[in-house]
Amino acid sequence: MSAPTVLRAENLVKRFGGITATDNVTLDVVKGARHALIGPNGAGKTTLINLLTGVLPPTSGRIILDGADITQLAPHQRVRRGMVRTFQINQLFGSFTPLETLAMTVSQHMGLGRRWWQPLGAEAEVRRRCEDLLGQFHLGDVRNVKTEHLAYGKRRLLEIAIALACEPRVLLLDEPVAGVPPGEREELLRTVAALPADVSVLLIEHDMDLVFEFARFITVLVNGALLTEGEPDAIANDPQVKAVYLGHGEAVGL
Amino acid sequence: MKRQMNHPADAQNTGALLRASRWRLWEPLLWLAVMFAPLVFKSHALLVNEIAIVAMFALSLDLILGYTGIVSLGHAAFLGFGAYSAALFAKHLNPDPLLGLAVGTAAATVLGALCSFTIQRGSDLTRLMVTLGVSLILYELANKLDWLTGGADGLQGVTMGPLLGRFEFDLYGQTAAWYSLTVLLLIFLLSRRLVHSPFGATLEAVRDNRLRAMAIGIPVGARLSVVYTVAAGIAGAAGALLAQTTGFAALDIFSFERSADLMLILVIGGIGWLYGGLAGALVFILMREGIASITPQYWTFWIGLFLVVLVLVGRDRLLRPWTWFGKARNQSGKPAGERQ
Repeated sequence: MSAPTVLRAENLVKRFGGITATDNVTLDVVKGARHALIGPNGAGKTTLINLLTGVLPPTSGRIILDGADITQLAPHQRVRRGMVRTFQINQLFGSFTPLETLAMTVSQHMGLGRRWWQPLGAEAEVRRRCEDLLGQFHLGDVRNVKTEHLAYGKRRLLEIAIALACEPRVLLLDEPVAGVPPGEREELLRTVAALPADVSVLLIEHDMDLVFEFARFITVLVNGALLTEGEPDAIANDPQVKAVYLGHGEAVGL
Repeated sequence: MKRQMNHPADAQNTGALLRASRWRLWEPLLWLAVMFAPLVFKSHALLVNEIAIVAMFALSLDLILGYTGIVSLGHAAFLGFGAYSAALFAKHLNPDPLLGLAVGTAAATVLGALCSFTIQRGSDLTRLMVTLGVSLILYELANKLDWLTGGADGLQGVTMGPLLGRFEFDLYGQTAAWYSLTVLLLIFLLSRRLVHSPFGATLEAVRDNRLRAMAIGIPVGARLSVVYTVAAGIAGAAGALLAQTTGFAALDIFSFERSADLMLILVIGGIGWLYGGLAGALVFILMREGIASITPQYWTFWIGLFLVVLVLVGRDRLLRPWTWFGKARNQSGKPAGERQ
């Protein structure tokens, strides 16, 4: 863990009324990380992502990206600083085709979002990036189908492709392979794992096999608080973690 | 294989992306026909003028409602502000129509920029109320400040100079119709550019999914402000044309009914494809004229009935009477080309 910290959550707290969804969490994501965030249902994983990306304001605590305090920045400003997320439940643009979606996203990312006098896709660079992404995510054959008519698996791929169209330096993936057919899961995660070495990835996932295949560092969250963190081997053999997951299993067994 | 495909695929992408912005064959033909309307319908040039102005007003609402998803029940605020500004300018400062048009547009643009902060937050319902509120405030201001606006009598005695120093406004509305149609065409061309651009695409992204739009770096608030301001400016231009070509600015230009009629016009013509405002204005005004000549008192009954039928049957099926009977053969067929 000698790599420098890129994203840091410092004593983050989020309360909804009487419920503490995030309980004094301090988390470091290092440069080039393949970092997984696990925990049972209701552990506050998605809330933490929402705090990091600015969808929710924290009750207290700080968020630091590349050494700068971004706690007060709006979501879109954090994106401009290179932190991009995907959503657990698809958040897509229903009336766009995948090609239009990506062309719009790439244009915005390239700083063309205010250009009103030129047609979308007039820049060759935009079209080239779209072509790469469509190929990479197997969306080429449905490039001109409206998103609202796409099959679920394809929508899921588009969900991830949109995030990568923003060329993130820090990528937050909220259960990216949920609902993706088994054959495509591995490939999707391989695509994510194969991102450039300096891109930091924070993955939220339920599927433990995938987590242990992907992650080089794991943080365990329980009841909104950080339980433990460490390398995959250490986490797999941690009695506390076992208790949490086994305890969960017993409860279901009853 | 992917690498070798690169070239044809790029051509494919270019085609698919630019197809939406390319002119279809019927479009220049339509505009040619539109521009000759004052000649063909010589005795109805005033009606042509009114349709052109209302179409422009509706196009302005389409930019914010159809493309960006901002609902408004007070768009008449900008129409009225443009109209009174242009009328006052002509009456007290300078009778030149083009200068007055610029003043009316600029005034409404400034008002739009100020009001754009009121539509940033809240839900559709709060936006409906806030926009309605602004138009009611302006209505009452125009009513009370009668030393300036003429109050309930309207602003009278607006006489315009000749257009470009040469074309006098005539009683039959020939000059007026040409003037309004030309401005409408220019505004349409600008709007068409705008909606097919990367900027326009980000507006539609905000409309489709605001949360995701933010998550890919689109400054949603700034986008809403800009498009609201632009739409206000266009509505102001329409208002200026109305005041100039009728020589009058009446209080009811700010009224709630104006804004509500405008919504109806877009419902008739369809939102999110720019031509909806034109088609809607044409149908709405012709229906009003047609029905009012038969039953002057009850024309709103018939337009209400028409709207109910339109919504229940659907615009596409209404336009394709041959699909009314027999089995719906082409159920899956998407309405072609309504939106990109």
